[in-house]
Amino acid sequence: MIKVEGLTKRYARTVAVDNISFEVEKGQIVGFLGPNGAGKTTTMRILTCFLPPSEGSANVAGFDVMANPLEVKKRIGYLPETPPVYPEMEVSEYLVYVGRLKGISSGEINGKVSDVVGKCALGEVRNKLIGQLSKGYRQRVGIAQAIIHNPAVLILDEPTSGLDPKQIIEIRELLRHLAGEHTIILSTHILSEVEHSCERVIIISRGKLVAIDSVANLTNRLRGSEAVAVEVQAVDGQPNAGDVQQRLEQVSGVSRVMAKESKDGGLLFEVESLQGRHIRADLARTVVNSGWNLNEMRSVGLSLEDIFLQLTSAEKPAESSAAQEGEKK
Amino acid sequence: MTSVLLICKKEFKSYFTGPIAYLLMAFFALIFGFGFYTATRDVVRFSLQAQMMGQQQPMNLNDQIIRPLLGFASTIALFLIPMITMRLIAEEKKTGTIELLLTSPVNDLAIIVGKWLGAMLLYLCILGMSVINIAMLFAWGKPDWKPVAVAYLGLILQGGCLLAIGTFISTTTKNQIIAGGVTFFVCLLLWLLSWFTAFDTGPFGQVIAYLSIITHFDNFAKGLLSTKDVVFYLSMIFFALFLTARSMESLRWRS
Ligand SMILES: Nc1ncnc2c1ncn2[C@@H]1O[C@H](COP(=O)(O)OP(=O)(O)OP(=O)(O)O)[C@@H](O)[C@H]1O
Ligand SMILES: [Mg+2]
Repeated sequence: MIKVEGLTKRYARTVAVDNISFEVEKGQIVGFLGPNGAGKTTTMRILTCFLPPSEGSANVAGFDVMANPLEVKKRIGYLPETPPVYPEMEVSEYLVYVGRLKGISSGEINGKVSDVVGKCALGEVRNKLIGQLSKGYRQRVGIAQAIIHNPAVLILDEPTSGLDPKQIIEIRELLRHLAGEHTIILSTHILSEVEHSCERVIIISRGKLVAIDSVANLTNRLRGSEAVAVEVQAVDGQPNAGDVQQRLEQVSGVSRVMAKESKDGGLLFEVESLQGRHIRADLARTVVNSGWNLNEMRSVGLSLEDIFLQLTSAEKPAESSAAQEGEKK
Repeated sequence: MTSVLLICKKEFKSYFTGPIAYLLMAFFALIFGFGFYTATRDVVRFSLQAQMMGQQQPMNLNDQIIRPLLGFASTIALFLIPMITMRLIAEEKKTGTIELLLTSPVNDLAIIVGKWLGAMLLYLCILGMSVINIAMLFAWGKPDWKPVAVAYLGLILQGGCLLAIGTFISTTTKNQIIAGGVTFFVCLLLWLLSWFTAFDTGPFGQVIAYLSIITHFDNFAKGLLSTKDVVFYLSMIFFALFLTARSMESLRWRS
């Protein structure tokens, strides 16, 4: 449904998007993830024919964005980073305007407007001026605007920004409903967002594709570097936390030790390994040989948060290998 | 075509959601009314004097009042037009709604023409303020209606031209004030040029006179309808709107 090849976008000074390729199948929800300035908005603007790419091609819903922009535009719904609303218009008036602009006939328009007003829970503010709405409501008007003409592809730039938790859940529900018939790309910083509503993740950082995979695979793959929770028993402050941490850090293959909160009589640590190293046996031996009691040891999956940080911060060795894998795909 | 009308309607309506449309109309009505008052007062006094001196001179409303008055209207319009066009595209760029417009299945020219038509409608409303005064003349005397109609057509065409130029300038920035300022400067320059060409009758002056949007109005003001002038205005409007659409496209490439 969406096919991007070698996409590059250069601004005067910066390369905002650097040779990105990916594909999205029909009916999928894909999360577009990256830190600030990664190039998410830029990529989305290219997909929606707002900006032309400097190099490479993008094909959306069967049409090339450069050769057939009008056909592409007919088939997409787009929520830009800032909801594109006119403060001087009423909500329903605005939706009618946008709907008509997107080619809905005057006979159908009222039905479609009522439809999205219901879906986006805008009933209460239907006749209010958009300029008087709160940020969250304006965001919902933005979403309503994107889905009003029932487009095959939905491109949403940070759809849940500015929404309260209840609304976030509602929007997630809505998106899950829409997926299947619609292909959805949404960008976000919020990782739980991706875990909850996306099937696949595309991670970019500084314009480069870092990883593209299903959420489950990504979590698994990065377990190659495992994280282990270790609890050492302590009696009357013996042994002290600093000592234990130091000792654990010396175990070969350990990349990081974090002290967690200690509860009655137990010192809890989270230990991360270097990629591909198994450290559990060595950890256990170290604790026991030091004469301490090992209360508990279990592996904890790296959260998507950790993965994200690993992938997008340059110092981490994980990045280069993951990027190579990403490019091979 | 539907989208042109849609955008035009929306644009026209949004002028009236703020004070701008009312301000412009009131301003024009006031200045024009003042001009009307001065012109009629002088003419009436002059003809009374002539009568007292025993000369029975038929008063010509067309030449003595309507023509200078509508010429005056065309000058006022020069100053109002920047305020009509400045927000057209600049505001959309500022608030980000331009992303909605440019990702909707509507081509750039339709957007531009729609916006220009919306501005044109407001301009017509503003001109409409002068109709009241002119109608008074018709009630009072018997002016010839044809030159009046021609002059109005001239006002509309000249306005259309300047509005198209203003629309173009509005695409080049996201700052309304700059858009308005530059448009104002251009209008002023055209106005000055028209003065300049009145004095310089050499070949250079003639070229400028041909290109000057304002000098083409002179014939209309005199009540002379010539195809040459109409074609000039229409092609200028078309050219400016076409340029605007191109400008939108090149801005995409550059930004
Ligand atoms: N109009 C522009 N002119 C020049 N550089 C730009 C322009 N727009 C974006 N950039 C640059 O391109 C890079 C990518 O920006 P982009 O907005 O795509 O990031 P993003 O991933 O959407 O970030 P965020 O999470 O903050 O929204 C940034 O370095 C930004 O400074
Ligand atoms: Mg962004």
